[in-house]
Amino acid sequence: MPAEPPIEVPVRLSEAYSLLAGGPLVPIAGGTDIMVRITGELGPVPERMLDLSRLDELEGISLEDGSLALGARTTYTELRRSTLCREHAPALVEAAATIGAAQIQNRGTLGGNIANASPAGDTLPVLLAMDADIEVGGHRGERRVPAAGFFPGYRQTALAPDELILRIRIPLAAGRVTRFRKVGTRRAQAISKVVMAVSWRAHGPSAGWSDVRVALGSVAATPIRAAAAEAALEGARPSPETADAAAEALADELTPIDDVRSTGDYRRMVAARILHRIVRDAGGW
Amino acid sequence: MTTRTLPRPITAPERSAADALVVAPGGTTRGRARGYPLRREGPAKLTGAAKYADDLVFPGAWYGATIRSTQARAKLVAIELDPDLDWSKVVVVTAADIPGENLVAAIKEDQPVLVPVGGEIRHHAEPVALIAAPDRETIRRLRAGIRLVTEALPPVFDPERSDHVFAEYEVQNGDLEVGFGAAAHVVEGEYRVGHQEQLYIENNAMIAVPGEDGGMAVHGSLQCPYYVHRALRKTLGLTAGQARVVQAETGGGFGGKEEYPSIIALHAALLARKAGRPVRMIYDRHEDIAATTKRHPAIIRHRTAVAADGTLLAQDIEIVMDGGAYCTLTPVVLSRGALHSGGPYRCPNVRIRARATRTNTPPNGAFRGFGAPQVEFAVETHLNRIAERLGLSPAELRRRNAYELGDTTPTGQVLRESVAAQEVLRLAVEAGDFELLRSATARAAAERLGSGEVPGGPFRSGGARTAPGIGLAMGWHGAGFTGSGEVHIGSVASVELTADGRVRVLIASTEMGQGTTTIFPLMVSGELGLPAQAVEMAPVDTAIVPDSGPTVASRTAMVVGGLCIEAARRLRAEVEARNDGRPFAEVYLADAAAHGPTRIDQRFEPYPDIDFDDTTYQGDAYPAFGWAACVATVDVDLDTGEVAVRDVVAVDDVGRVIHPILCEGQVEGGTLQAVGYATIEEIKLQDGRYLNDRLATYLIPTALDAPRLRTILVEAPFSGAPHGAKGVGELPMDVGAPAVVAAIHDAVGVWITELPATPERILAALEGPRGTQEPAA
Repeated sequence: MPAEPPIEVPVRLSEAYSLLAGGPLVPIAGGTDIMVRITGELGPVPERMLDLSRLDELEGISLEDGSLALGARTTYTELRRSTLCREHAPALVEAAATIGAAQIQNRGTLGGNIANASPAGDTLPVLLAMDADIEVGGHRGERRVPAAGFFPGYRQTALAPDELILRIRIPLAAGRVTRFRKVGTRRAQAISKVVMAVSWRAHGPSAGWSDVRVALGSVAATPIRAAAAEAALEGARPSPETADAAAEALADELTPIDDVRSTGDYRRMVAARILHRIVRDAGGW
Repeated sequence: MTTRTLPRPITAPERSAADALVVAPGGTTRGRARGYPLRREGPAKLTGAAKYADDLVFPGAWYGATIRSTQARAKLVAIELDPDLDWSKVVVVTAADIPGENLVAAIKEDQPVLVPVGGEIRHHAEPVALIAAPDRETIRRLRAGIRLVTEALPPVFDPERSDHVFAEYEVQNGDLEVGFGAAAHVVEGEYRVGHQEQLYIENNAMIAVPGEDGGMAVHGSLQCPYYVHRALRKTLGLTAGQARVVQAETGGGFGGKEEYPSIIALHAALLARKAGRPVRMIYDRHEDIAATTKRHPAIIRHRTAVAADGTLLAQDIEIVMDGGAYCTLTPVVLSRGALHSGGPYRCPNVRIRARATRTNTPPNGAFRGFGAPQVEFAVETHLNRIAERLGLSPAELRRRNAYELGDTTPTGQVLRESVAAQEVLRLAVEAGDFELLRSATARAAAERLGSGEVPGGPFRSGGARTAPGIGLAMGWHGAGFTGSGEVHIGSVASVELTADGRVRVLIASTEMGQGTTTIFPLMVSGELGLPAQAVEMAPVDTAIVPDSGPTVASRTAMVVGGLCIEAARRLRAEVEARNDGRPFAEVYLADAAAHGPTRIDQRFEPYPDIDFDDTTYQGDAYPAFGWAACVATVDVDLDTGEVAVRDVVAVDDVGRVIHPILCEGQVEGGTLQAVGYATIEEIKLQDGRYLNDRLATYLIPTALDAPRLRTILVEAPFSGAPHGAKGVGELPMDVGAPAVVAAIHDAVGVWITELPATPERILAALEGPRGTQEPAA
C-alpha cells in the first residue's frame, strides 16, 4: 500500500472552508468509498485529504422549518435507528438498510453516498423522489441544490472544488407516500442492478395522485428521474390502466446498458415491472 | 442407514438428533455429536493465534510482485526497464534468471514459470516478470517502469473453435444404433456451464526463504506440499533435500490451491534466490481472482433414447471443456467429467465423447467436484426434461434407472458393493416431501394460470409475486483418484510412537478447514485404544512428513485415512507382541522408554480386484462411488426473476462417517457452493479478461441467501478401505445445481440450460419465444 496522503483535520467548519479555499482536498468521512481508492489500484490516490470527523456542524438529525434535516455525516446506521427518519422518511431507512454490511453501515455516511455520486448509490433515488435539497457550503457562502440537479454527469456532482456537503433537507409533505425497491445479485451486500424510489401525494380514494416522482439508480450514468413515467401517474389514480401506462412509459424512456452486473434489457424490464408492482400495491387490486 | 458390515473401531458414541450441540470443557462436544473432538485447529483460528502465511515474520524479507500480461495473446518482443528509474534497490526476475527448466511441473508441462522474451503470451494476467523490493511502495513505483513490448496475435476464445486439444476420450459400451432403434422417445439437449471461482477466504500466499546450502524453503498456503516440492526441484534444479515446503495455516482451498501454489512458490523462490533474502509473495483478492484457476466452463450435449416406461436405452454424450491457456490438470478433470457424464443410471448403450481444448483465457484447473458438477448438471437436467416429456415424476424416472448392486457402468465396471443410489434417492424424496410438495407447486401454478390474469406483456406485474418450485437431482462421485492414479502415486503415511512416548501421525495431507487434523487422531486413536487427544499431528513439512499424496479428490479420509489405520494396527500389534500381548494403551509409554521409537510407514497397495485400463477406458474407473440426492425448494420472484432457494435436503452416502459434525459441515458447505454455482456465481469475460475479478463483482451467497439445509448421511462402506470411508468433500457439490434448476422449472416452467440460472436468463427465457426451451422432438 502506498504512503498515506497528507490529511488536514479541521475542528470548525470555517477552518475547513479556508483549507478548501487553499487548494483541492478530498474530504473523508466514513471512508467506505475513499479507502478503496487509497490502494491506488482503481485510479489515482487522493493527493491531500480533509478529515471531516471533528466537524460537529455536519452531524445530527432534526426537524427544521418543515423539513427533515440530516447532517452530511449521518451514518446509515444512524438513519436506521432514527425515529425521526422512520417517521418522516421510511424509504430512506429502507435504502440505508440495503447498503453493504453492518460494518459499512456503521461507517458510511449519507453525505458520502451523495459525494461519491455512483449511479448505483442506493439512497440517491430516495433523495430525488422526496425532493430533497443538498445544502453545500464553502468560503464563498452556503447554497442549496435540489437533489434532482445535483448529479450533472457520470460520477459528477454540483459541488465546486472548494465546497462541502453540509446537510440534506427533505421537505415534509402531507399525504406523501414513498416506496423503495432494490434489485441486486444477492440478498445482502450487493450493488444494485436496479434501484427505485417512487413518491406521490394521495388525496383520498377518489382523487388522483399529485407530486409524483419516479427516481431510479443503476439504469443511467447518473441517478435519474423518469419524466414520462411521472407524467403517466400525475393526476391519476392507481388503476390497472395507470400502472400499465406508467410501466410502458418507463420502459420507453429508459436506455440502460449491459455491464458486469446485469443487462440493459433486464434493467429496463425489471424497472417497469417494479413500478407496475408499486402502483398495483398502492391501488390494492 | 445402510447395513454396516465392518467393525467400528472409531470411537462413535450414540447420538440423538434432538440434542443440541454443546461444547463441553475438555474440548469435546456434547449433544448431537457427544464425545467427538472439537476441531483441533479451531481455537487458534478463533482467537487469532493461527499463523497464516501473511502472519509469518521472516526478518529482512522483501515483498514480491508479479508483472502480468494485459493481452490475451501476443508475442513477447522485449521487457524494458525505464532508464530514468533507479533499479539498484530492487531485483527484477525474468525467464532468463531461471536456473532449471522454465516449466511448471504438471501433466503436460506446457506452462512457463515466466513468459520468455521471444515466447508467446497466451492469456491475460499471465506472469511475465517479477519484482521484489524492501517495501510495497517501491514496488508500486517501479513496477510501472517495467514495459512489455509485444506484438498482438489473434486470440481464440471459443473452445469449440480451438484446434489445440489438451485431451480427448471416448467411452463406448453396447451399441447406440440398437438403443436408438428401440426408442419410444429420443430427447436431445445442450447444456452450458461457466467458470466458477473457488473463493477460499485466504488468498494465495507464499514466502520463499533461501538456505545457506543453496536450498530453498517455501512456507505458504497450499493443498499439496509435494507438488510444490517437485516444482522447486525441477525449476530451481534443487535436490530433494535442498527443497523444503512447509504448509502455513491455510484458509480454504477447494482445489484452488492444488496446482497454482507451485507457480507462486517458484516466483517467490526465484526472487529470493536473486535477492539473497526471504521474499513474500502475498496475493490480494483482485490478483487472486484475475490470475488463478477456475472451474472449467463446458458445453455438454445429450441425445438419449428412452423406452415408453422411462427405461434408458441409449445415451450419446458429447462434452467440450474449455481448458484455458495451459493444460494444468485439464486431462484429469475431463476424464472425471467423461466418466460421470451418464449419471448414476443403468444404460446398456452408451457413447461418451469428451475433449478439452485450449483458449486464450487464464488456465482452468481443480475445483471441488473436478469435472463432475458440470456434467452432472447436464445429465440431471436432461433427465428431468425426459421425465417431463414422459409425464413421469422425476423421482419415479430415477427409481426405474438408478444403479443397483450388480449393474455395469459404461466402462464395464460391475458395481459389486457399496451402491446406495436407490437409498439416497428414497431418503431425499421422503425427507424432502418431494411428491407432496410437487403437487402443491403444481396447484399454485394452475391457480396462477387460472386466475384469469395473464400477464399482458413484459412490463406488467401479475397477481402473484412469487412462484414456488421444487426440484430433485441425484448424483455419484467416484471415490479417490480416477483409474490407476492412486497406484501410480504410491502414497506413504506414517504413524509413530516416539521415544518420549508420544503417538503422532505423519502425513502430507493438509488441513485447510475441512478437518484433516481432527479426523486423523480420531481414526488412529480408535485403533490404539487411546483418547483422540493423545494422538498428535506432525507439522506438514516435507522435511518431516512422507509423501502421502496431494490433498485432493476427496481421498484424504478414504485413502490416507485407510493407510493410517493400517499403520496404527501394525504399530499396535508390534508393541503388544513385545509386551506379552497386553493392550497398547497400557504399555506404550513403557515400551517407548524401553525400546525407543517405533515408526510404521504404510505404503498404498492397490485395492484388490480393482483394475482400470487407462488406454481403452475400460474397467473399474473408481474403487467405489459415493451417492447423493438432493431436493431443493425455491421461490422465484415473478417480477424480477430473482431466485430464493428456501430449503435443501441433501442426502449423501460417504461410506463411513468419521466425525458427524465435520461431515455434515462438508455437505452443507458443498451444497451452498452448489447453490451459488446454480444461481449467481458467474465470471464474465471481455477479450479474454475476467471482468468481475473483485469481491464487489464476483458474488457468492451470503448467510441471507443460504437455504435451510437438512443433511442426511448414509453409510454404505467400501470394503477396500479398512474403515469403509469413500470421501465427502466433493460429492455434495455435484447435485445441488441441477436440483435448484429443476425447482426453477417447477416454479415458472422454463428450463434454464446454462449456469448460472441468473434472473436475466430466467426472464429472457420466460419472455422469449416459447418453443426454444422445449425439448426437441
